[in-house]
Amino acid sequence: MTTTFTVDGHDVFATTGGVDFDPAKPVVVFLHGAGFDRTTWRLQTRWFANHGRSVLAVDLPGHGRSGGPPLPSIAAMADWVIRLLDAAGVRQAALVGHSMGGLVSLDVAGRYPDRIRALGLCGIAGEMPVHPEMLESAKAGTSKVRELMTFWGLGRALQIGGMVSPGLWLTRESLAVLDKAAPGVIHNDLAACNVYKDAPARAAQVACPAVFVCGDGDQMTPVAKCKPLAAAIAGSRMTTLKACGHFMMVERPDETLDALKAVA
Amino acid sequence: MPDAKFLKFDTLALHAGQQPDPVTGARAVPIYQTTSYVFRDVEHAASLFNLEVGGHIYSRISNPTVAVLEERVAALEKGTGALAVASGQAALHIGIATLMGQGGHIVASASLYGGSRNMLGLTLPRFGITTTFVDPRDLDGMRKAIRPETRLVFGETIGNPGGEVLDLPAVAQIAHDAGLPLMIDNTFASPLLCNPLEHGADIVMHSATKFIGGHGIAIAGVLVDAGRFDWRASGKFPTLTEPYAGYHGIDFFAEFGPQAFIMRARTEGLRDFGPALSPQNAFYLLQGLETLPLRIRQHVANAQAVAAFLSTNPAVERVHHPDLPNHPDHDLAKKLLPRGSGSIFAFDLKGGREAGKRFIERLRLFSHLANVGDAKSLVIHPASTTHAQLTAEQLAATGIGEGMVRLSVGLEDVDDLIDDLTPALRAAHKG
Repeated sequence: MTTTFTVDGHDVFATTGGVDFDPAKPVVVFLHGAGFDRTTWRLQTRWFANHGRSVLAVDLPGHGRSGGPPLPSIAAMADWVIRLLDAAGVRQAALVGHSMGGLVSLDVAGRYPDRIRALGLCGIAGEMPVHPEMLESAKAGTSKVRELMTFWGLGRALQIGGMVSPGLWLTRESLAVLDKAAPGVIHNDLAACNVYKDAPARAAQVACPAVFVCGDGDQMTPVAKCKPLAAAIAGSRMTTLKACGHFMMVERPDETLDALKAVA
Repeated sequence: MPDAKFLKFDTLALHAGQQPDPVTGARAVPIYQTTSYVFRDVEHAASLFNLEVGGHIYSRISNPTVAVLEERVAALEKGTGALAVASGQAALHIGIATLMGQGGHIVASASLYGGSRNMLGLTLPRFGITTTFVDPRDLDGMRKAIRPETRLVFGETIGNPGGEVLDLPAVAQIAHDAGLPLMIDNTFASPLLCNPLEHGADIVMHSATKFIGGHGIAIAGVLVDAGRFDWRASGKFPTLTEPYAGYHGIDFFAEFGPQAFIMRARTEGLRDFGPALSPQNAFYLLQGLETLPLRIRQHVANAQAVAAFLSTNPAVERVHHPDLPNHPDHDLAKKLLPRGSGSIFAFDLKGGREAGKRFIERLRLFSHLANVGDAKSLVIHPASTTHAQLTAEQLAATGIGEGMVRLSVGLEDVDDLIDDLTPALRAAHKG
């Protein structure tokens, strides 16, 4: 099932995990990573929607089926999340974010603590610098950045395969989603991640329960770069998944879901 | 900064889709000969049925051994996902049934495998789905055959029996201009010689019975999705873009994006039509896939040598092999099939139907049977077997001459194959 809202005059598209959205229930908002869209959360959203929560797996502005230009910074995306919650009639929500979406979730939780009841942060680090050649490729719209995001994003195990969902080949799925990104979107997102330096400060402001989900083979946001963030949030949990890269939601979907259930 | 180093074809053919068994350490893919799977608890069962978590429920819908085959073929065809089924015909049927219902229309190449032609031309009309067949070289005709109710353009990479090479980028453009997907039967080329998804096709199907298995021991079919087609923008595919009452109101494209087609094909097609592939057969096909690149390279080398030999033999009127310079699609084949055009091709004997019979009966190594893509060399003479009831005029209408013989050149020593063909050609020629 799907739903739409209007934020800043633009349509926002979201899936709801197969159950109608109901803001009266505990809400979980899922935020995708750079260049991706809502479909990255397909193996987590349906469980939450069928277990008492109401789910919004959104396409950020300019991504997937949401309108408007992509937002230029992590802080701008965080402010947009608050406007989305307002548009959806949601006073407080749990945020689950991946990579760039994780930084956005953290920024929201740090600056608007009364709006966030829990955090699930998948594949994030205190800083997420992006190689200049990747930025250059993203700006030029060449395929190199999409290939490198896929190659470095997927753990070594899943580059061979053995996906828990029968018959799906994750390498091509990643490329197919990134190939569909509108011109400029991937560069916008990577540039936003590259310059964002507020993660440690925002982590120190977080007041809600939080869980970090890491992959032991994540080359983009290695476990060691995640630990200081986790240490900065009092009482937070950190789950490191084995044989897993940066795309834990699809590489180890059940384990990622189990980790998120603990807080969201 | 180095480029991405994705695993290459030969490596994927051996490894894709499989991690060594976590319980036993088995290196080979285990045969999970089971119909069903124990749920961990009630909650787990409900989650599986709701598509909340991945996993297996019942082997009609998915099976761990079959899943390795699916993932491996998806990797080799460069798709986002694959569905393996009980035959190539089942793959074609599920592909069509996933995209359309009664009132749907297909534009198809006229140079198709006979079974596909029967399904499209004779059987599906009974269920309200019709097909217009067009000469695969007539691109304008293909464009003109598209109607408002058309839902699919379909063809074969290498056609039957003339070895017609489909201009994949041009036909894909025609389909996409009309908001339609292009589905390609890539059986004769195999994923090693051509990846149609890289040339604009949206869905690939195989009769895996042929080169993918390679040993002539198991029947199977596979569908592969490129994950690129925008089903919503097209507006013609409610099965993928509207809530499906048969699965809790799921909107496949909204929830699964690039895997919408394969997910619907599995959750509806296999669940309701039921042509499941047995795990034993999936295992056989995986053994074949491991050596696909080695086999295909040798198939191509042998076929090119045999085609060259035949083209200079006085008993032969014409050889229909795209790798020969006189084939009408030779230039296109060089572009789309740079590593060769496979090893299944036809040639015309002088002397018509009787010459064909004498030729077949004199062969010793080539097996006379109705299959292709085997490691062993195969032969059939349509005018005296599959099409024996047709007159010369009727044969001509299907593009088959009375003296036409189809070869599937195998992996034997090519000198032995030529030594087998030589006396048979002499017998055909002398009468």
